[in-house]
Amino acid sequence: MMNGTMNGFLLSILIWLPLLGSVAVMVAGAHRPTMAKGLALLISSAAFLLGLPLFFSFDTSTAAMQFVELRPWIETFNIQYYLGVDGFSAPLILLTLFFGVLVVIAGWRSIQKNVNQYMAAFLVMEGLMIGVFCALDGLLFYVFFEAMLIPMFLVIGIWGGPRRVYATIKFFLYTFLGSVFMLIGLIYLYIQSGTWDILAWHEMPLSFNAQKWLFLGFLAAFAVKIPMFPVHTWLPDAHVEAPTGGSVILAAIMLKIGGYGFIRFSLPITPDASAALDWLVIGLSLIAVVYIGFVALAQQDMKKLIAYSSISHMGFVTLGLFIAFAIYRNTGGVSGAALGVEGAMVQMISHGFISGALFLTVGVLYDRVHSRMIKDYGGVANTMPWFALFAVFFLMANSGLPGTSGFVGEFMVILSSFQANFWFAFLAALTLILGAAYSLWLAKRVIFGAVTNREVQNLQDINSREALVLGTLAVAILVVGLWPQPLVDMLQASVDHLLQHIVQSKVI
Amino acid sequence: MSLQTTLLLIPLLPLGGAVLAGLFRNQVGRVGSHTVTILGVGLSFALSAWILMQQINGTLETVNISVYTWMISDGIRFQVGFLIDHLTTLMMCVVTFVSLMVHIYTIGYMRDDPGYQRFFSYIALFTFSMLMLVMSNNFMQLFFGWEAVGLVSYLLIGFWFNKESAIKANLKAFLVNRVGDFGFLLGIAAVLLTFDTLDYAEVFAQAGTAVDQTLSVPGGMEWNMLTFICVCLFIGAMGKSAQAPLHVWLPDSMEGPTPISALIHAATMVTAGIFMVARMSPLFELSDAALSFVMLTGAVTALSMGLIGIVQNDVKRVIAYSTLSQLGYMTVALGVSAYSAAIFHLMTHAFFKALLFLGAGSVIIAMHHEQDMRYMGGLRKYMPVTWLTAWVGTLALVGFPFFAGFYSKDAIIEAVADSHRWGSSVAYFAVVAGVLITAIYSFRLLYLTFHGKERFEVIHDSGDHPPSGQLAHAPKESPLVVTIPLILLAIPSVVIGWMTIEPVLFGGWLEDSIFVLDKNNVLAELGEHFHGATAMALHSVNTLPFWLMITGLALATLIYLIRPSIADTVRNRVPFLYRLLDNKYYFDEFYQKFFAHGSVRLGRILWHKADAGFIDNGMVNGSARVVEWVAARVRRWQTGFLYDYAFAMIIGLIGILAVWVMMAP
Repeated sequence: MMNGTMNGFLLSILIWLPLLGSVAVMVAGAHRPTMAKGLALLISSAAFLLGLPLFFSFDTSTAAMQFVELRPWIETFNIQYYLGVDGFSAPLILLTLFFGVLVVIAGWRSIQKNVNQYMAAFLVMEGLMIGVFCALDGLLFYVFFEAMLIPMFLVIGIWGGPRRVYATIKFFLYTFLGSVFMLIGLIYLYIQSGTWDILAWHEMPLSFNAQKWLFLGFLAAFAVKIPMFPVHTWLPDAHVEAPTGGSVILAAIMLKIGGYGFIRFSLPITPDASAALDWLVIGLSLIAVVYIGFVALAQQDMKKLIAYSSISHMGFVTLGLFIAFAIYRNTGGVSGAALGVEGAMVQMISHGFISGALFLTVGVLYDRVHSRMIKDYGGVANTMPWFALFAVFFLMANSGLPGTSGFVGEFMVILSSFQANFWFAFLAALTLILGAAYSLWLAKRVIFGAVTNREVQNLQDINSREALVLGTLAVAILVVGLWPQPLVDMLQASVDHLLQHIVQSKVI
Repeated sequence: MSLQTTLLLIPLLPLGGAVLAGLFRNQVGRVGSHTVTILGVGLSFALSAWILMQQINGTLETVNISVYTWMISDGIRFQVGFLIDHLTTLMMCVVTFVSLMVHIYTIGYMRDDPGYQRFFSYIALFTFSMLMLVMSNNFMQLFFGWEAVGLVSYLLIGFWFNKESAIKANLKAFLVNRVGDFGFLLGIAAVLLTFDTLDYAEVFAQAGTAVDQTLSVPGGMEWNMLTFICVCLFIGAMGKSAQAPLHVWLPDSMEGPTPISALIHAATMVTAGIFMVARMSPLFELSDAALSFVMLTGAVTALSMGLIGIVQNDVKRVIAYSTLSQLGYMTVALGVSAYSAAIFHLMTHAFFKALLFLGAGSVIIAMHHEQDMRYMGGLRKYMPVTWLTAWVGTLALVGFPFFAGFYSKDAIIEAVADSHRWGSSVAYFAVVAGVLITAIYSFRLLYLTFHGKERFEVIHDSGDHPPSGQLAHAPKESPLVVTIPLILLAIPSVVIGWMTIEPVLFGGWLEDSIFVLDKNNVLAELGEHFHGATAMALHSVNTLPFWLMITGLALATLIYLIRPSIADTVRNRVPFLYRLLDNKYYFDEFYQKFFAHGSVRLGRILWHKADAGFIDNGMVNGSARVVEWVAARVRRWQTGFLYDYAFAMIIGLIGILAVWVMMAP
């Protein structure tokens, strides 16, 4: 029974442990960096271990919410402290907990200024992002969704690069503008239903017109977050200026909130509008895959290249989610659609690992040479053979090599999109060529070749701490690539439920 | 030991060797690394041979087992599993045997290389990937192995990563292969759409039901589904098996160390496409259009690439173009439904081409890494074993009667002659003319390297990197670890054709794996005239290919041995033709300009004009400017004077009242 009681509070613990822990880390003070780092490591590791029941005790047979917590919060407006997870949120929370530990280890040496604040900011971010993924109350979600941005601004603004102010403002304006439209949508839903319960909103009938405006409101918020073409231009700037840890969290977790938002809000609350406007999302996704693929090819800054690559890969997420509507329209059934939605989810998890790993890889070089420009490198494999092994592996995973997680999601989405329309699959599959081109051309210019300059000549290979971080990610990428079944198992029931739900019209 | 364990061990032993030699390179050391990998590959070969023996004895039926379920999604089971039939076992034996030879050879070839352990790790990893590819029982694992061999090929071409030409070549190889894989993946997606499964057995069982299915492509096109699937899958094969116009990567892959040119870029990986089409024969048989496409692609490759081989001066590149041409032969065989003949040629070619490459490697060691034949000549007296085995390989390649290549190539030519497929007369011309060309470039290679005058000088104090044509030491025969694999490969290059033509082509050995419609079965027709391997060889003296081969031999002897000036005369007579061949029909230039530079330029334009220009500067900063402009005007209203505000309030109140009045019913 002990276990049962524990599970009753598990989500709250996962949210509040890092949030409250951050206070302790702050108190440790700037003059005791080791203690701050140690505390941060302890707290994030504890949160990770405590979160493991989300995998091991997760009931894969049901689409219903699990680990539910429900308490009144602001009763006047019927706002509740309502938490729970299903097959969509549990894997993303696990991903967040996993990276929570990794960024602390990754920032161990490279952060010198205000270590306690840096670590505290990451703990706050971790708690808030977990909150986003398990909030089932609309307003609670919104609070976490907005609050999460604050520590990220601070991380970029304080520990960022020379153009950090520009990047932060751009980031803020983009995401804030998007979420304002979502807030209007949420308030509208509350006025219509009298509740903030997201699950109740799923069941609520809505006129097509209302659905259309709500859909566009949600689209504004989540398209910016994920990000989709053409509202993606904040991401390369934010990544370039952010410190390594910030880039890792941004790419690995924050972008996923956009994808998660589509799954939790757009698809189930406005299914008819999603079906009617699927061409818009599918079109923008395919543009992201192809157009951004070309743009990535032209980049001269490693971080920008990976940022563009992220946008291109996230195109598979939105494509996989909305392909279901095209399949349903063409065939009258949803056979093949689950492959797309599950593929989108797998792609999110996989992209978390791979993009996180790539930003950490660039971070390793940046810590030594203090440059992100491709032209400043060349022949790194000569002086850093172990680093080269990891870098080439991650770049191969980024280009979707089978056996790595990068293959699984793209494979599933391409298979699914072929069921809908030949051209969707044709354009999406171009990533096979483009992804390999920008990833491996990067490898050629940075990793391989003769040593080009003194900086590269003097490079030290990765130390055991860096090897631990990169090695852990490499293992994760391989495990998902070689055996995605456990992950897909978690998704199955929720995906089936979602698909049955979205093909039924909600129009009154 | 159960059968499943045995089968699992076959790929896993080389993988284990690769992991030990690669990740624990410092712990196992140089000797340790070649010991573990040779042990792994050797055992793997022994087990494959054991499976083959059981099949020959008839004690082992076709095995189709699942190892584990990779994923179940949408009711579709994606799994990792093995399909072990005669075709698979044949491939397993060829792959592990050649790989074992190359492993042993490498001890000598890479002796002084600092990346010794890494090299062994890579080639063992390659053996694992290739085995996973041929043993697969489903399309997904096929794709997995397909890309994995591509990865190892990438790593090995760029093995000497300080060499700019090598890292250019490996990027090119991977990207060109990805173009093929792009088609391949669409083909797999179409298979899934049509059959709802990726399992070979289930797909093949339902193949007949899909004959009339079409794929409607938005844009107003209706394609026959099976033709679409087969063409897409074959595009994959064109990448991997280097068929024109996706052949450009293979000659450049010669930048890698020679042992892998033998293993990957001649004997095994490049034949994966041939194997795949043979494996998919139940699908290809149902689409005449796709088969015609396959046949013509092969014919073009066989002839055009052989021609380039005549003008190359780099010893490895000549063999590389020869490989392209021979792959063309195999592809033609596939196209006329003579799948067994393609597999048969694949097998004989694996032995004699690996032999030729390893022989070339032996010469390259002796010449201190000089690969230009213009600075060789007369090497036969320095390295007799290499010389003799090179003769064996050459005779097998040109199809001299009784040698391995004779049987397989003659079978292909006869099959094409008997075929009624659309376009088969073009293919017949290509494969027959190809015989002459093969003979010319093969004997040219042999003469320029081993015969004639020595075109190098031995100068003892010429330093570490003497210019071309100078050697610091006289060339000498390579050590035993190099020559023993040569001898072991020379044996099958002589006898394997004579020994196995009857079971493989006419005895129905591959009937359990390959499906041929009666109306397409050219090999059955040939079988009626087949009276044993010896009779076939003796009869060949009356055939056109034999005399073309002799003509080629005579021409090469005249031009490259007796009167070298003829070559220059011919070159000066038809400078246009020479330039065209020397520049390999300008494929590289075109791809480089159009695709490589074109995409980067397109990327740059999109980035600067669309991303930074239109979206960022136009929309984002534009809206900021609009806000600024509006704010600048609105700000003036905040004058700070009470009467201004009061006036605004009154105006507002009137406005609201007006709206309210108008809205009221």
